[in-house]
Amino acid sequence: MARIISQILLLCFAMVSTAMGETGEQLYLDNCSICHGNEGQGGVGIPLALSSFLNQAPDEYIQRTIRYGRPGRVMPAFTHLDDKQIKLISQFVASWRKGPSPVWDETPIKGNPQKGEALYKQYCISCHHAKGQGGQGTGLKFSRPKELPISAPGIGNNGFLHSATDQMIKQVAMHGRKGTPMPSAIRDLGLKESQVDDIVSYLRSLQKPLKSTQQKLDEEPPVLVYDSDYSLKETVANLERAAVGMNFRLIRNQALDYGFVEAEKESTHEEIVFFCNFNFLYEALKLDPRIGMFLPCRITAVERNGKVQVMSINPKRLSHFFNNSELDQACEQMHDTYTSIMEDATL
Amino acid sequence: MKRLLLIILLLVSSHANALVTDQLMMVRSSQSFPETMATLQEAIAQQGYKLSRVQRVDIGLTRSGYQTDKYRIVFFGKTDEVHQLTKQHPDLVPYLPLKIAIFAEGDETLLITANPLAFAKMYPQKDLQRMFQRWYKDVKHILEVVQNAE
Ligand code: HEC
Ligand code: HEC
Repeated sequence: MARIISQILLLCFAMVSTAMGETGEQLYLDNCSICHGNEGQGGVGIPLALSSFLNQAPDEYIQRTIRYGRPGRVMPAFTHLDDKQIKLISQFVASWRKGPSPVWDETPIKGNPQKGEALYKQYCISCHHAKGQGGQGTGLKFSRPKELPISAPGIGNNGFLHSATDQMIKQVAMHGRKGTPMPSAIRDLGLKESQVDDIVSYLRSLQKPLKSTQQKLDEEPPVLVYDSDYSLKETVANLERAAVGMNFRLIRNQALDYGFVEAEKESTHEEIVFFCNFNFLYEALKLDPRIGMFLPCRITAVERNGKVQVMSINPKRLSHFFNNSELDQACEQMHDTYTSIMEDATL
Repeated sequence: MKRLLLIILLLVSSHANALVTDQLMMVRSSQSFPETMATLQEAIAQQGYKLSRVQRVDIGLTRSGYQTDKYRIVFFGKTDEVHQLTKQHPDLVPYLPLKIAIFAEGDETLLITANPLAFAKMYPQKDLQRMFQRWYKDVKHILEVVQNAE
């Protein structure tokens, strides 16, 4: 009896996992909804359920976008999904489309890229920024004010260029995207079709060969550490002074085991100094709301056998977690700030 | 017997998985912020961890005149483990205790945390690997409880 039950259980799990785990919907919910929303309404990612988008985006484009991602623009390359799973997801996304799938047309467009660059700088750069790197932040605006209600995507991004055909880019530029800030180059910006061709050729000229998706080993150390010749108490006072000197506001100090044990039992060998520059925090959250998981700013002073060290996370190491090149810059700045504060405090 | 099957089917069918990259774990909850926060705190406790503090990032921001929706950081850990790690691996201290960022996106709520397996790469010491594996399992479970809460 027990064997039968366990066999039925196994069978049941097998059935359920193929039936549930491998539907496009489930795969979408597991992999995409976090950024694009359960109904494709957008979030950290741009909306996918808009008909103006779906009527321009062939299934092949969606599949390639999943495979290549957008390097440095948050959208990951889903290297762990196989072709079948990617197809299931794109079918699910396509199920939001009302009409037929647009055709995948690889006919190249032969415009003049030099003229296209000049036109790009005149008409597109205000939203898509230099070389099509994309607007500030990604996705929808929500509570974090941005340049636009939907950030302009990275259309010079290598992941985009390897996913979209010339014809698709042209379609988007010619017609714009209803329901988004993306204007029609013809209707709204007054360009001619041949000028759109020039811009398409300019964008195409930005394409580079696909690099292997293998991530290069990260050489940055996980933590920044400095030795202090002062006592723990003096070191903490130095840290506070140095942080204030760098325009930070002190938030609070606490023991490392604060909240785990009663106040009188807290360890006195470690002390965390929390500080914040709200303007910097605000700007960083606009670039990527996920960055909060490494906040607030904090440096910990640790005393072991009379020897004191100060340490912090290494923002440069962690910024690579996010596939967001704007954030990489902010994290580099944070790295330099942490370093200055700790150098100053241990001088 | 039939009942058992039905229960199993029900259990499995409502299950969504967290998005796990090499570096991050993320889930979206269709519950509002306060409900999600309550579920998260419950899930942390049920998994045997202690919530040590909630940092209200949004309050700090709005007090300084910046506009933001709800944004909190939830710190948690196991008391003994925090003590032991602090003693034996002071270089891990900047990453302690564990934390999950939770923030509102319209009517829904997002939860993000570092994938503990990413720590395994940063701290290759043998004695830590088992613990990172367990953190991974536990944190993933916590996130999925929140994601699947109705
Ligand atoms: C007012 C700001 C704005 C201007 C000006 C603008 N765009 Fe856009 N563009 C957007 C936004 C926002 C989107 C994203 C729309 C969406 O959510 O689907 C977009 C999307 C696109 C896309 C599709 C990208 C993708 O990831 O699917 C292309 C291609 C594009 N724009 C080309 C252009 C070109 C070429 C110009 C200049 C002729 C231009 N845009 C001017 C805001 C703008
Ligand atoms: C971590 C967040 C994140 C996840 C997870 C994610 N995306 Fe994206 N996605 C984005 C962002 C951000 C963009 C816009 C990139 C830009 O600004 O250049 C995008 C763009 C896209 C586009 C291009 C849309 C357009 O207008 O051309 C498609 C298609 C897409 N994602 C599909 C998916 C699918 C399918 C999944 C799941 C397999 C997925 N994404 C998972 C963040 C994400």
